[in-house]
Order: sequence, then C-alpha cells, then structure tokens
Amino acid sequence: MTALEHVRICDLTGQLAGAGATKILAALGAEVIRVENPRNQGRWDMMRTVGPYVDDRRGPNLGVGFNNHNVGKLGVTIDLADPRGKELFADLVRISDAVTENFAAGVMDRLGFGYEQLRGLREGVVYVSSSGFGADGPYREFKTWGPIVQAMSGLTFTSGLPDMEPAGWGYSYMDHMGAYAMALALLVGLHVRDTTGQGQWIDLATTEAALTLHGPALLDWTVNGRGRRRPGQPNGNHAIYDEMAPHSVYPARGDDCWVAIACRDDDEWVRAAGVLGSWAHDEQWRTLAARLARQDELDARIAAWTADRDAEDTARALVAVGVPASAVRRPPERIDGDPDLAGWGLFPEVEHPEIGRTRVEGLPIHLSETDWSIASAAPCLGQHTDYVLGELLGRDADTIDELRAAGVV
Amino acid sequence: MSAADAPPAALGDLRVVELAGEFTGLAGRHFADLGADVVVVEPPGGAAIRHLPPFVDDDPHPDRSLRWWSEAAGKRSVVLDLDLAADRSRLEVLLGTADVVLESDLGARLAAVDLVPDTVLARHPTLVWVSITPFTRDGPRDGEPACDLTILAGGGPMWSCGYDDHRLPPVRGQGYQSHQMGAVYAAIGALAAIAARRRTGRGQRVAVNLNAVANTTTEIATYNWLSVQSVVQRQTGRHAAPVVTEPLQVRTADDGYVTTGVPPRTPAQFAALAAWIAELGLADELPEVVFLQQASDPDRALGAPEGNATVDAMAVYSASRDAMNLIASRLPALEFFVGAQRRDLPVGAVLAPEEAFENEHSVARGMQVPVDHPELGRTVRYPGPPLRLMRTPWRIVRRPPTVGEHTADVLAELGADPGPLAG
Repeated sequence: MTALEHVRICDLTGQLAGAGATKILAALGAEVIRVENPRNQGRWDMMRTVGPYVDDRRGPNLGVGFNNHNVGKLGVTIDLADPRGKELFADLVRISDAVTENFAAGVMDRLGFGYEQLRGLREGVVYVSSSGFGADGPYREFKTWGPIVQAMSGLTFTSGLPDMEPAGWGYSYMDHMGAYAMALALLVGLHVRDTTGQGQWIDLATTEAALTLHGPALLDWTVNGRGRRRPGQPNGNHAIYDEMAPHSVYPARGDDCWVAIACRDDDEWVRAAGVLGSWAHDEQWRTLAARLARQDELDARIAAWTADRDAEDTARALVAVGVPASAVRRPPERIDGDPDLAGWGLFPEVEHPEIGRTRVEGLPIHLSETDWSIASAAPCLGQHTDYVLGELLGRDADTIDELRAAGVV
Repeated sequence: MSAADAPPAALGDLRVVELAGEFTGLAGRHFADLGADVVVVEPPGGAAIRHLPPFVDDDPHPDRSLRWWSEAAGKRSVVLDLDLAADRSRLEVLLGTADVVLESDLGARLAAVDLVPDTVLARHPTLVWVSITPFTRDGPRDGEPACDLTILAGGGPMWSCGYDDHRLPPVRGQGYQSHQMGAVYAAIGALAAIAARRRTGRGQRVAVNLNAVANTTTEIATYNWLSVQSVVQRQTGRHAAPVVTEPLQVRTADDGYVTTGVPPRTPAQFAALAAWIAELGLADELPEVVFLQQASDPDRALGAPEGNATVDAMAVYSASRDAMNLIASRLPALEFFVGAQRRDLPVGAVLAPEEAFENEHSVARGMQVPVDHPELGRTVRYPGPPLRLMRTPWRIVRRPPTVGEHTADVLAELGADPGPLAG
C-alpha cells in the first residue's frame, strides 16, 4: 500500500514551483490529475515546451523537465473558459480532496473557481494556491519567477563573496523550496480535513516561504540591529557568524576543480593539521579566535596546499581523520559516482511514450512501510482524458467524442 | 489571546519528541508552528546549537543563542541525560505518548541508549520515527563527517552557484539551506506516515538523506545530466547553463542590484517600456526606442499573424534589453522594481534579508510576528509565516524554551516519577 492512496488531487499547477509539489504527493500514492488547457496545448506550463530535448523532435510532450516534474500523474485537458468545460471541472472538484494551482493571484476567481465556489462543490476541500507575493498586499498583482523570488527575499543577496556583485543561486532554488512548502501545505490541509472534516484555503507566497529561510539572520537584525548588508559581507563560503574556521572552498588540481573544508571545533582543526602538514601544527593556529583573526592568511595557506592536489584525494584524506570535506562535485560525479545515492535508488527510470526510457529524480526520503514509487512518466497532453471523463466523471463515449470535437477537451 | 479564544491548530492532535540534534531543529519548528506539542529533549547543559552564535547583545549564554531561538520557538524543553537509566526510563514514558520522533545525529549511540528505531517501534508500534542524516544510515558513507558547506558542495547546489569568472570559487548560499531542505522533507515524510497510520494503525520509520535532498534540489543541473548528459556552468546572478547566457543583473542608481529576468515579449510590454523611457526623459540616450514603438503595434509586432511581422526581432530584443538596463541604472533598485512590475514587466530587486523583512509588502502581509520575551523585557519580531492557513493559522505559541524549562511540567503530565533530575 501507499501512504496517500486515499487522496485525489485536482491539479492545475505548472512549472517546477507548482508541479514539483504534486509530484511528491503522486510518488507517495495520491491520484494527481493534471488539468490543462486544450486551446493552447497546455502551454501555460512552459515546461512542456522548453528544453532540453533528447533529440531533434519538438512538441508539448517532449520537454524532459516537464517529464521530470510530472511523473506519476494523470493528464486531462479541459477548457475552463467553456461552460461545458466548467461543468466537467466542477464534477472533478466534487470527487477531489484537494485543488492546487499556481496561477497569478485572482485567476481562479475570474474563472469562477475561487475558494468559496470550490467548497460549495466539495465540502472539506483543501485548496492550496501558490504565487510569488500571495493573495493580498501591495505586490499581489506582481509576477515572479524563481530568480525574482530569490532576489526579493534576500536569498540572492546572501549568496556571494564580500564586496562583490551578488552571485545568487544559479537556478530557481525557490521553485524547489516553493514546491516543498506547497507539498507540506497540502499534507497539513489534508491532515486537518481527516481529523476534523474541515477544509480550508492555504495561501502560499513563495517570497514569504523564502524569507523564513535565513536561519538566525533576521533575529540578529531585530534583536541586535545587525543586518547582512555591511562591509565584508556576505561571504557565503565562510561561516556566517564566525563559528568555524577554516570554512571555505579551496582550489584543487585541474580545471575549475574545488574542495570544501570545514573544521567545526579546535579538535577537528588539530586532526586536519595532521593532513595539511607541519605549518598547521603551529600553536598560532590552535584556537578558533586565532584562526579567525588571520582567516585570510589561513585560507591562503590551505589553498596553497590544496591547489596541487586532487579534490577527491584531499576530501578523502580529511574525512578519514573526521573532518568535514567534499569536492565541489559536477553533475556526473555526484549523480553517477556516489555509492550513497546508488543504494538509495534516487534516480529511477520511467518509460515515456514519446521520449523513451529516461531517468528522473526520485524522492530523497524513504518510508519503511509505505514508501514512494515512480512507475510512470509524465502524462502526454490529454493522455488520460478518456479515463477521467469516462471512469471518474461518468461521461459516455459519445459525449466525450462530442466534447472533443467541440475542442472542450 | 487566551487558549480558549485561540484558533484551532492544524497539528494540535500530535505530539512530537525531538531528540535535539544537528539537523532536527528546523523540522521541529515546522511542527511547532503548525500547532503540534513539540517536546525537545536536550542533554544536560542544553542542545549543542544553544552554544552557537549569534547571541542576544553578543552575550554568550545557552538561552541567548539566536540560532537556538530560530530553531526552537514554540517548543517545550525537557533535559534528560540518556547515559542514566532513570532518564532513559522517563524518555520511554514520553515516547509512549508521542506520535513523531525526530532524530539526526545519534547514529552510533542509538544502541547504547536503547533507541534503535526498530526496537523502539516494536515497543511503540504507532510511532513515526524520523531520522535526518547527511547520508543513508548504515549505507556506504554513513558516519562521514559532514556539515552544510560540504553537503552543498558534494550534493550539487554549489556547482551551479558563483560567478562568470571561474577563477573565483563556487559559492554557498547562506542560511543553512541543506538543513532547511531536509527539515521540510522531514515534515512531508512524517505527515505522509501519519496519513498512512490513520488507515493501518501502525507507525513506521522515515529516513531523510540530506545528500539526496541536495542532489534533487538543483533544478536543471540534475535533469540535464539525467536526460542529455550535459553539464551546466555557473554564471553571475543567473541560471547556470550548458552555454553562456547574457547577464541579467544590473547595478542601480543606489548601488544596489536588480534582476531583469525574462525580456519583454508582448506589444503591450514594448509600449509600456517605450512610454517609461519617455517619461524618464531618456529617449535621447536611447534612439533604439523607436524599435520598441514599432513593436508596440500588434499588427506589426513579433506575435503578429504569420507573414505580417515587419519589425526586426533582434533589434526589438536588443532595444528592450538596453531600455531595461538603462532605466535600472538610473533608478534606486526598489523603485525600478515597483515601476517595472506596475507596467507588467516582471523584475526583482536584490534585497538584503533585513530589507526584505522591512519591505512594505512583508509588513502588510504580517511577516513580522511579535513574540514576548518577558525575562528580557522585550517583544522580539520573528519572521513568519511561510504558509497562510486560513482556518488553522501558523503561529508561534511561545518564545523558545530555556534549558529544561518544561522538564518538571512534562514529567508531571506523564505521571513519570520526577525523582532526582539530571541537569
């Protein structure tokens, strides 16, 4: 059995920030039904039509990112602007436990499916809406994508080297974290529904989910008046509150090769010194305060030692004496070269009807009794329209043919 | 607000026992903020992170660590010395009342303190036992020393973050993001297990592997490799990609930065941009604005019916990028952000965390949550909530506990013989 086999989700989400949430619930056993627009071939979710692609073919079923984010779901097309489509959608809501979307604020109301309408169709429904700035407030109409969310929440600023332009996150980190927060919201909403019978609307603003990801930095601001915008900051690779040194990323032998090293206490420094060589045994480096006072010199000394050595060799030598260290690994090194992940089964294969056999991302959790599984690829556009309209919504074949001929599905 | 007036709590039916560890704190926070009774079990002297900076007024004390505050608000603290049989018995009684256990770095000590998960589950079959570890427990890398920096280095995120100049190292984003990612997955796994328990009556083990979490939190870096075996390269302030792309960050008039994002694509956006250039009196500096004016005409523009597009797409693209960059360079970052967004041009201002926290939208949305700290005589503003649950709101029910603050209360509730207590 699976953990969520009793759950059905009527899913209007797209991109990673939305689709990534329902992917998690689908893997845990929920029946997730993606509802897409037949008029524009589901292109509202731009992941359907952006690369990479496995070959020269193009089309709404061939984006590998879309496949990765939508494995295990069913797909139906329904035109929500058409009255017959609205009727089908209403019927789908009537048999769903949750409705999810990440449109811009206000879109669901304009379609006639705001929370009040949804709960009228299905008492106890859990409605999770995700947007950049949430359902109210002065920026509610503003649009975002991952990098904008990260910029507006402080995450871009805090990823950089001192007194330089922000480096930021080199990807839409908040599409992932927004998706995880949305999955959590769904599970919490379903828990309340299961224990009390009552549904609710959960308004997720990804900029706000992001603002809570700063650890103690904001309390340092509200309590001590110390912000992160100040000379010498931020330094993403140093320990943010001077709680460790060394703690940085050092050059290694080869082109663009690097190794991360951290000593969490003086004892780890002593053990690291046994690897780094005689200079490191000098009493002048023995205490954290001393190492912090001359951190630039310390980093330069360590860099001089690491620069001629293989990153993996350096990391292995330090790990062997109990010091945290790791090469900065490239995708092939970590995906195909890490025995920890091979044992975990992190990258299962699925058979996609058009893309073919391909690996996708699994879940980084395991449940001992009701584990996740990913058995099917993402749905092709409208792949399960017959099943959903026929089996679930009770439409006969002639009706479905008529709806299809009219472009409603 | 009295307890009777308080809105219902989402997870008010759950008790979580957190065996304080390096990676448990933020997972416990999710449960506490959603209304569960989270009892954090600390060793004598307090959890390790209580001794980490920053501190209130830079005064080191286990009850003044802001790291602790950020991870322990809303919880209750019980001090137990697991090396003592009497305290292990007390923990056993507590576990008998728990729904979820959170644990991270007990690893090698689990057997010594009689907490081997399968054995505990045999005694308490309805428990959900959540382990958050850097690598698979009992797997080939179990026991390797690791911290946020090395997890993000080895697990993928860092490879994608940094600067165009690859003589500079890859960069780690601050905020203990590997802990953050693992915490939300721990909550997801635990609630899925609780949902299963409702039908089976049985608990189970949930394992969260931070290395695996990092590996699946890198967006295109992972699925590009999985599907087409291409490797992304880091670039300043924008997505790492297999090819070099154009810069997106612009330095603003107030020495800040903005990200200009996806370039304008619609006639309405071109019109708005051309009008904005004119309003700011910048038309003379950017003669190419004429291309934007042409592209504002839906009948001639890029999206025009096939064959009718008479505007040079590259000229329009280039002019719109130049126009965005020019305006950004002449305005303060936040003013550029608001001005662009009001014109339906999606951009972002690069704010420091404190600027984001004090921003008008955050304030209007209630992202500054006051929490009383009576012994300090202060009300402290905390960040939150990450989710707005309309019926069962997210909330911080109490300030973070002092060391062992609730030991006597919790043991009395349990009817466990208080006896002489550790710590």
